[in-house]
Amino acid sequence: MRHIISILVENEAGALSRIAGLFSARGYNIESLTVAPTEDASMSRMTIVTSGSDDVVEQITKQLNKLIDVVKVVDLSEAEHIERELMLIKVRAGQKEREDMKRMTDIFRGRIIDVTDNTYTIELTGDGRKLDAFIQALDQGTIIETVRTGTSGIGRGNRILRV
Amino acid sequence: MDRVKTSALSGAEIVVRCLQEEAVEYVFGYPGGAVLFIYDELFKQDKVKHVLVRHEQGAVHAADGYSRSSQKVGVALVTSGPGVTNAVTGIATAYMDSIPMVVITGQVPTHAIGLDAFQECDTVGITRPIVKHNMLVKDVKDLASAMKKAFHIASTGRPGPVVVDIPKDVTAAVTEFHYPETVAMRSYNPVRKGHAGQIRKAVQLLAEAERPMIYSGGGVTLSDSSELLRELVKSTGFPVTNTLMGLGTYPATDRQFLGMPGMHGTYECNNAMQHCDVLLAIGARFDDRVIGNPAHFASNPRKIIHIDIDPSSISKRVKVDVPIVGNIPDVLEELIKLLKGVHPEISAWWKQIEAWRAKDCLKYDRSSKIIKPQFVLEKLYEVTKGKAFVTSDVGQHQMWAAQFYKFDEPRRWINSGGLGTMGFGLPAAMGVQMANPGATVACVTGESSIQMCLQELSTCKQYRLPIKIVNLNNKYMGMVRQWQQFFHGNRYSESYMDALPDFVKLAEGYGHRGLLIDKPADVEPALREAFANKKELYFLDFITDQTENVYPMIPGGKGNTEMILSEDL
Repeated sequence: MRHIISILVENEAGALSRIAGLFSARGYNIESLTVAPTEDASMSRMTIVTSGSDDVVEQITKQLNKLIDVVKVVDLSEAEHIERELMLIKVRAGQKEREDMKRMTDIFRGRIIDVTDNTYTIELTGDGRKLDAFIQALDQGTIIETVRTGTSGIGRGNRILRV
Repeated sequence: MDRVKTSALSGAEIVVRCLQEEAVEYVFGYPGGAVLFIYDELFKQDKVKHVLVRHEQGAVHAADGYSRSSQKVGVALVTSGPGVTNAVTGIATAYMDSIPMVVITGQVPTHAIGLDAFQECDTVGITRPIVKHNMLVKDVKDLASAMKKAFHIASTGRPGPVVVDIPKDVTAAVTEFHYPETVAMRSYNPVRKGHAGQIRKAVQLLAEAERPMIYSGGGVTLSDSSELLRELVKSTGFPVTNTLMGLGTYPATDRQFLGMPGMHGTYECNNAMQHCDVLLAIGARFDDRVIGNPAHFASNPRKIIHIDIDPSSISKRVKVDVPIVGNIPDVLEELIKLLKGVHPEISAWWKQIEAWRAKDCLKYDRSSKIIKPQFVLEKLYEVTKGKAFVTSDVGQHQMWAAQFYKFDEPRRWINSGGLGTMGFGLPAAMGVQMANPGATVACVTGESSIQMCLQELSTCKQYRLPIKIVNLNNKYMGMVRQWQQFFHGNRYSESYMDALPDFVKLAEGYGHRGLLIDKPADVEPALREAFANKKELYFLDFITDQTENVYPMIPGGKGNTEMILSEDL
């Protein structure tokens, strides 16, 4: 089962390697990992997408909580939540592809954020499946480069992760 | 006092002042370039005594033995680079057994970090997976609070080693010194009280049990809950076992004690663990050497109550019915209060246990003309009247010591249970002797293990530590040989210890006493001579039966009741 784990962590040197190291040392999967400071600069928020049985995910959250720098851990996928990922995708867009590419971007509610003579760079946000679907929908030969941020997530309404 | 507290000190002075504030008695260490300023400050004072080892691994094991036998935080001090890498085995050993320890490591100056400087290594990176916490102190202003945090983290919650990495320029830089009295960390607040509802559930299960069993481990030792454990066992009348890490927390000579569980546990204990209907686990972690194959263990329906301060120990290998996260003494006090007067009728269960016990699973050939290792340990127990601190290395001798030396007090049995570190015994014994001057300290070892930290014989001479080394010399890495006999078709690949030194001469070369014992009749007199001498270290080289094996034995991957007994062969 896929789980999205949100972590509040002290913004200390080495905190990321403690967390990444825990996953590799104990053989847990990391599908994606994103991290950046929060509105409180002394803390960072990390979103890790992982997969494993309920027992494994229970261990993951317990082991994360054990790390001294970790302030709070929550498994977002346990309840209502929202997830988003940002993708930048550079595609071939010469005269004959431009029209199609623009239409496809609109359908997926993406934005063309850079244009050169023969390329478009498209910005697209959504959950991972939407980004996958966009890639699938393109003529594979037109894709030059993709970069994805990995999933960020947040609980709905009263589900709040803060100190 | 205030004047002193606010005066400007160098980082090195601050380190030493912090150690004084923590009432550290001994620092085990080895100097080097990056820690010279700290050594200079140690030289100028006499409150904190330094013990010079011969290898950094020895320093950490000694600090470890000091802590295990005294419940104080052990402290080691090593230099950067190779000083740290040599210390790694010691730190990992302490981590696996949750030993409170602060390891101060020198680091190259901050401006040189990352430039592959002489004796540079990424200490925080290397030690990260084997510490409870570690930190690189880049600013002298953070040094005092880092030291305070280190002692706090090491000794609270589930204890463990903490590494404080200090660059050389930080030890030279100067700042106002103020040692914080308390630590407040939003990310670290260990629990104490157990959940009241869970404790009530546990009480109900225990009160209705027909075949109860108490399984307690190193957590009882570490939290100094031995007295409470005894009270609980006595008031309920339940059978009890101590794991390798918990030996001595319940007296091994008491009838309610079933011996050790696990791979080399007793027949009665392993059967009771398997066939009980309510299992109360206290500060034990159901590890692979204790329960064998978890699927086999789970095949027998029973209710499991698990008390542990570390939530990640609960339901890790075995599904637990009633988890109680809390500090063991706090939880046990509650439990004892609520169980007052509860004394279920379990005579049928005891009858069954006595039938298992009648198997006498630890029996061995007492008529042997060659010295049996078990015989040496029985005699060691007799001669020391069961009162010695016993350290061990790792292998057959460790298991025989655990089986045959009946520990009645906690913190007397000092061994590397989790990591299984050969070479632990002798340096650990140094720490034990330092923490307990005048006490009888024996290091039970084998000819292979002892050679892994042999250099510490020199340290023992320098500090006049009258340790008694009980070397069970069968010229084999005995436990490796045993597995090769059972599981690898008697192919003794590289387990024979050829070209052994003359241990008597070796001991004498270091300025100690040595005795070679090769006849059963000489075992007791040699032990008596050695232990009567309170001043000198004795190296007792017992030439033992090469073919002896540790029984019972649960083969790897097998279930708890699938034991090989000596009579089966």
